Amino acid sequence: MEALIALIVGVLTACGVYLALRGRTFPLVLGLTLLSYAVNLFLFVSGRLTIGQPAVITDSAVGYADPLPQALVLTAIVISFGMTAFIIMLALKARAELGTDQVDGRPDAETPG
Amino acid sequence: MNLLFVILIPFIGAGLAAGVSRFGRLQSAWTAGAVTLLAMILLMPSVAAPFHGETIIQRLPWLPGLGIDLVVRLDGLGLLFASMILGMGLLIILYARYYLAETDCMGRFYAYLLLFMGSMLGIVLSENLILLLMFWELTSLSSFLLISYWQYREDARTGARMALAVTGLGGLAMLGGFVLLGEIAGSYELSVILASGDLIRADPRYPLILVLILLGIFTKSAQFPFHFWLPHAMAAPTPVSAYLHSATLVKAGVFLLGRLFPVLSGTPEWSVLVMGAGLTTLLIGAYFALFKHDLKGLLAYSTISHLGLITLLFGIGTPLAAVAAVFHIINHATFKASLFMAAGIIDHECGTRDMRRINGLWRYMPYTGTLAMVAAAAMAGVPLFNGFLSKEMFFAETVSYSAQTPAELFLPIAVVAAGALAVAYSLRFIHDVFFNGEPVDLPKTPHEPPRWMMVPVETLVLACLLVGILPGLTVEPLLNVAAAGVLQSATPQHDLAIWHGVNAALIMSVLALLGGLVIYAGRRPLFELAADLEGRLSAKAIYDWLLGRLLALAGALTRALDKGSLQRMILILVAAALVLGGVGFLGVSAPLTGMAERMPADPVSLVVTFAMVAVAIATVILHRQRLTALIVMGALGLFLALIFVKFSAPDLALTQLSVEVVTIVLLLLALYFLPQASPTESSWPRRARDIGIAVLAGGGAAALTWSILTRPAESIADFFLANSVPGGGGTNVVNVILVDFRGFDTLGEISVLALAGLGIYAMLKDLRLPGPMQDSRGQPWNWDMHPAIMATLTRLLLPLALLVSVFIFLRGHNLPGGGFIAGLITAVALIMQYLANGVEWTHNRITANLHPLIGSGLMIGLLTGLASLLLGYPFLTSTFTHVHWPIIGEFELASAIAFDLGVYLVVVGATLLILVHLGLMHSASHPDSPASATPSHR
Repeated sequence: MEALIALIVGVLTACGVYLALRGRTFPLVLGLTLLSYAVNLFLFVSGRLTIGQPAVITDSAVGYADPLPQALVLTAIVISFGMTAFIIMLALKARAELGTDQVDGRPDAETPG
Repeated sequence: MNLLFVILIPFIGAGLAAGVSRFGRLQSAWTAGAVTLLAMILLMPSVAAPFHGETIIQRLPWLPGLGIDLVVRLDGLGLLFASMILGMGLLIILYARYYLAETDCMGRFYAYLLLFMGSMLGIVLSENLILLLMFWELTSLSSFLLISYWQYREDARTGARMALAVTGLGGLAMLGGFVLLGEIAGSYELSVILASGDLIRADPRYPLILVLILLGIFTKSAQFPFHFWLPHAMAAPTPVSAYLHSATLVKAGVFLLGRLFPVLSGTPEWSVLVMGAGLTTLLIGAYFALFKHDLKGLLAYSTISHLGLITLLFGIGTPLAAVAAVFHIINHATFKASLFMAAGIIDHECGTRDMRRINGLWRYMPYTGTLAMVAAAAMAGVPLFNGFLSKEMFFAETVSYSAQTPAELFLPIAVVAAGALAVAYSLRFIHDVFFNGEPVDLPKTPHEPPRWMMVPVETLVLACLLVGILPGLTVEPLLNVAAAGVLQSATPQHDLAIWHGVNAALIMSVLALLGGLVIYAGRRPLFELAADLEGRLSAKAIYDWLLGRLLALAGALTRALDKGSLQRMILILVAAALVLGGVGFLGVSAPLTGMAERMPADPVSLVVTFAMVAVAIATVILHRQRLTALIVMGALGLFLALIFVKFSAPDLALTQLSVEVVTIVLLLLALYFLPQASPTESSWPRRARDIGIAVLAGGGAAALTWSILTRPAESIADFFLANSVPGGGGTNVVNVILVDFRGFDTLGEISVLALAGLGIYAMLKDLRLPGPMQDSRGQPWNWDMHPAIMATLTRLLLPLALLVSVFIFLRGHNLPGGGFIAGLITAVALIMQYLANGVEWTHNRITANLHPLIGSGLMIGLLTGLASLLLGYPFLTSTFTHVHWPIIGEFELASAIAFDLGVYLVVVGATLLILVHLGLMHSASHPDSPASATPSHR
C-alpha cells in the first residue's frame, strides 16, 4: 500500500511540475492544482496509513488515526482553493490588461480559440 | 524604574509633539520642551547615587530566554552624558523654535528630535549591550530623519543617506563584536563585562572583537577614514548640527570608547589602532577646517579634529588621559554647540554661510560677535576658557606618553601642529566673519537675532567661561564621577588649575597659539595650495565609487537571475529544490526503505491507484484542450477524497469533495474568458528537458514518501487524543484541534482566505473581458434558457442542502463536520442556484455584497478569542457545558462553536465572493445575449 501512495504522490508531483513549466496561464493553474493535491496527500500520509479508525473518540475504538496531519491538511485544502482562485483571477486580469495569456505577458500574434 | 522612564518619555513625547503641531506651530516646541524637562525631573532622584560611588541598575524582564532584559544603569559616565543630552536638548529646542522658518513643519522636526534624544539616552543608560546596540541603531535612523529634514534638498538626502550607510555598516560590525564579547564574558550585561577585562584581553578573539567594535565607534564618531560623512551631514538644519554633530551623536562613539575602556584598553593593539586613528583624524580635521569657506564646513571639520583628539587621549590609555578625554568631551560640547548656534544665527541673518562674502559683521551684530569670540577662544585653547584646560592636559599626556617611546618628539610635535591649526581656524572664524573689511553682496542686511534665540548661546558661553576660570568649583565634581565611571575605579589625582608653572604643556600651548597666528597671517598662499588639492584627497569619491560598484553589481546579479521569464524562474526553483534535496542524500548510508511493518495492498486500492496515475497523465497529455483537461482533472480530486475515506479521514474527504466542486466550477467559469486551447510553443528538446525535470521531481517526491511511510511513526497525537474530550469537550479530534488546540492557526487561515477573497474582489472590480461568441470548434455559443426541470429541482433542493450544512456544522465538534465543511456545503448549495437558474435570477435574490459576511466571520472568531482573554485565560481558550434541550435531549454547548461559526461565515463569504463576482462578469461580457437582455425565468 505504501508503494501505491508513493507512486500517486510521485506521479501527481511530476505532472504538476511539467504543467507548471508550460508557457500559458491555464496549464500553470492546472499544474499548481495537481501539485497541491500531491502536497496535501503527502502531508496527510505523513501521519501513516490507518484503516477504519477515524479520530473520533468512542468507547469501542481500538485505535485512532493521527488527527494532527488531518487537521493541517483540512485547512490546507481550503487554503489551496483560495490560492488557486487567486491565481486564476490573476490570469484573467493579466489577459484583460495584456491581451494574452502567456505567463510573461509576451504578446502572441495569433490568439487561438 | 525612573531611569527606564527617562528613556521612554522622549519616545512618547515624539508622538505627542507630532500630534499637537496641528494646533499651531509653536505647540510642538512647547511640548518638546516640557517632555525634556519631565525627563530631567525623572532623572533627578538618581542623580545623587553616582556621587556616592554607587551604580544604579534597574531591570525589567524582557526576553529572559535570550539573556536580554530591559536593564538600565546609571554611573558617573552615564550621568554626565544623560545630563549633556537633556540639557543641551533643552537649549536646542529653544534655539530651533526661532531658527525654523514659517514654512518648516515644526511637529516633524521636534518629533524627530525627541526620537533622537530618547535613542541617545538609551545608549548612555543601557546596561545590556544588545539593548545599547538597539538604541545605537535608533540614533542612526533618527539622525537620518533629522539630516534629511529638508527633504526637498538633494544635498540633504544624499548627506542623510551617506550618514546612514556609514554608521549603519559600523553598527553591524559592532553587533558582531558585542556578540563575541558576550560569548566570552558569559553575559551581555556591562557589569559582568566590565569586570572580566582580563579574561577578554587574554582571549584569542580579542583582536577581532577590538576591530569590530572600533569599526562601530569610528564610523559613529567620524574618525579617519570614515570621517567624510560628517561634513555632508551639515545639510541638516543648524540646530540639528549643533545637537547631533557636536554634542551628542558623534559623542556616542567616544562614549563607547570610554564605556569599554576598562575592558578593551591597555594592549598594544588598542594603542596602535585607537591612537593611530585619533592622531590622523586630529591632523586631517584641523587641516581641512582651516580651508573651508563654508562656516558650518569649518565647524564640521573642526569637530572631526576634536573627536580625533578625544580618541587619541583614550588611545593613550592611562587613567589621567581618560580623565582628560572626559573633560574635553564636556568642553567641546559646550563651545562647539555655541559656535554652531552662532553660525546658524549668522546664516539666518545673512542668508549665506560663505566666509568669502560674510565680512565685517561686527558693526551689525556686536553681541553675537562677542559670544562667538568667547566660544572660538575656548576652541583655540586660549587661557581662561575651558578649552585651554583640557588641551593643556592633553598636551601633558602626550608628552608623558612619548617619554616612554623611541620617537620621543614625534607625538608632541604632531599635536602642537594640530593645536596651531586649531588656533588658526578659530581665528579665521572670528576675523573673517566679524572683521576683514565689508560684507560682499549679502542677500539680507544682518542685525541681532531675537532675544530668546541668544539665550542658549549665552548659557553655553557662560559655561565655557565659568569652567575656564573656576574649574574646581564648577566642573570638578561631575568630571570626577564621570571619570570614575570610565575607569570603574577611583579617579586619579589631577589638578584643574589654570597655572601649573612653566612646564612642557604650557610651552606647547604657547607654541600652538603663536603657530596659529603665524599660519593665519600667511593664509593666502595656503588657501591657493588648498584650492589646488581640493577634490584630490576626497574620501567621498571613494565612497561614491564603492557605492556605484555595489549598485552595479546588485543590478547585474538581479538581471542575471531574473530574465523576466516565469518559466525560467520556476525551472530554477524546481532545479534548486532537486539539487538541495539531492545533496542532502550524498554520503548518507541509511537505506531508502525503513523497517516499519507495511500494509498489504488490496485490489480496489490497486485499481484506484492506476486510475489516478492514468488520469493525471491524461491531464498532462490533454492539457492543450483546456476544457477536456479540466474535466479529466476533476476526477483526481474525487479519487483523492476516496483515499481520505479509505484511510480514516472522513473530515478530509468531506472537505475535499466540496472544495473540488467549487474549484472546478470556478475554473470552468474562468476558462470561459481564456483561450480554449493552448498553442504548441515549446520545442521538443525543451519539452524533453521539462519532462526530465518533472520526472526527477516526481521521483524525488515518491522516494521521500516511500522512505517516510516505511519508517515507524512517532506522533504527538496521543496528547490530542487524550485531551480532546476532557479539555476541548468534543469527540471529533480533528475539529477540536482546528477550533481549540490550534485555534490561533485557524484564525490565521481564515484571515488568509478572507484576504484572498477580497484580493480577488479588488482584481475583478471594473474588469471587463469579452466573452467568446463561439467555442473552439467554431460552433456558436448556446444561449438557451436554463433547463426548467433542473432549475426547479435545485430551488427545491436549496432548503434541504442548507439544512444539511446546518446539521454538519452542529455535529462538527463530535462527529465529522464543522465550520469549514459546512461553509463549503452552503457555498455549493448557493452556487448550484447560480448555475441552474442563472446569475441574474439568483443575483436578484441574494446580495452580492458579501463583505459584511466575511467581516463578521473574522470578528466573531477574534471576539471569541478575546473573550477568553478578558476572563483571564490565554487567547482562544474554549469552554463547554452540557445543556438539556427539550425533545433534542442532551446537547453539548462549547464556546468553540462560536469560533467555528466565524470559520463558517468566512468560508461561505469568501467562496461566494469569488464565484459570484466571476459570474457577474459573465453577464457583463455579452450585453447582447438573451440571457442578460431579458431576465430568465420570472
